[in-house]
Amino acid sequence: MATIRPRVKAPRKASAGEVVEIKTLINHSMESGQRKDKDGNPIPRQIIHRFEAQFNGQEFFAVDLQPAISANPYLSFFAKLEESGEFTFRWHDDDGSVYEETKSVEVT
Amino acid sequence: MMTTMLKVLGRGVLGLAGAGMMAAVAAAPAAADESTGARIDWGPYKVGDVRSGYTYAGAQTRAMQDDEFQNPAFLWLERGMDIWDTVEGEAGKACADCHGDAEESMAGVATRYPIYFEDWGKLMNIEQRINWCRETQMRAEPFAWESDDLLGITAFVKNQSKGMAVDVAIDGPAAPFFEMGKDFYQTRRGQLDLACTHCHVDNPGNLIRAEILSQGQVNGFPTYRLKWQTVGSLHRRFRGCNKNIRAEPFPYGSDEYVNLELYTSWRGNGLPVESPSVRK
Repeated sequence: MATIRPRVKAPRKASAGEVVEIKTLINHSMESGQRKDKDGNPIPRQIIHRFEAQFNGQEFFAVDLQPAISANPYLSFFAKLEESGEFTFRWHDDDGSVYEETKSVEVT
Repeated sequence: MMTTMLKVLGRGVLGLAGAGMMAAVAAAPAAADESTGARIDWGPYKVGDVRSGYTYAGAQTRAMQDDEFQNPAFLWLERGMDIWDTVEGEAGKACADCHGDAEESMAGVATRYPIYFEDWGKLMNIEQRINWCRETQMRAEPFAWESDDLLGITAFVKNQSKGMAVDVAIDGPAAPFFEMGKDFYQTRRGQLDLACTHCHVDNPGNLIRAEILSQGQVNGFPTYRLKWQTVGSLHRRFRGCNKNIRAEPFPYGSDEYVNLELYTSWRGNGLPVESPSVRK
């Protein structure tokens, strides 16, 4: 789809020391570079090759994605929260674009 | 199960063995593992002998559908949600201007379609209804078949009936079209000389090569199909089936397929609307 729309599910509130699950999903064709179009020309690779998650500026989770990963990659991971702050999620596209999403969480 | 496992790996859930990474597994009606041979209570997904495609899907595929966040079709559905409020066409209208809140006005709609449409003197399905509205009421360009826009708005409209029982009418003016759909369903075609019934009535649950045949119920369309890696319409599925038996597929929105859509929907009367579902 033309517009890239990241979706993130993270709790808004948590208690100190709690381990929370974060789910992310982004629509992306993850074109592997192995396919050919109708005329037999190779379709250039275009995937999301890196995903990073930060909390208050500190990276706590990152993934290198490879061409064999299917379209619309879904990632789920966990974080242990000690203080309130803001999550930043970044998806790096092969074409140089970076899709960013932020979520804030209040820790009590 | 192996193939389903691989598909899930492909989506990057299990394939990335980072610390603390885990696939979310939602507890669905399927309480028991089918590998143990235990009988599973399918809840609303099984009505009498009628079983949704959900009951033939692997556990991971079902988990993807059960979690609305994980279900990639919701990316399309959100697009449909935006289209609902977007003003387009010479009449300067959006869907919402006539139909208001979709949650109220569209609830139950997906259980009734395809319907007999008097102006056309034939059946009309939801995609055609949406495009008819766009052309006649909004005076806007109709969406192309299988475009992300049409799939998105169809998924959004049908999702408003989620969980409601399919109940299409096959009497009155729809009756002759129902008969035509039934004929289509029972007619052998293609080089393999197979009718729909040979797989979906005689052999659901049996293997066709490595795949488990389902009853071919249509209550979950448009569906996110892992093989397609995108959302697709029922007519795309019909075309795929026709190609599999080496028959010439009919065009999207053709009378043959809309009649068939009525017949296949009727076969699943009583099943809940699942749109947008996830299938392998």
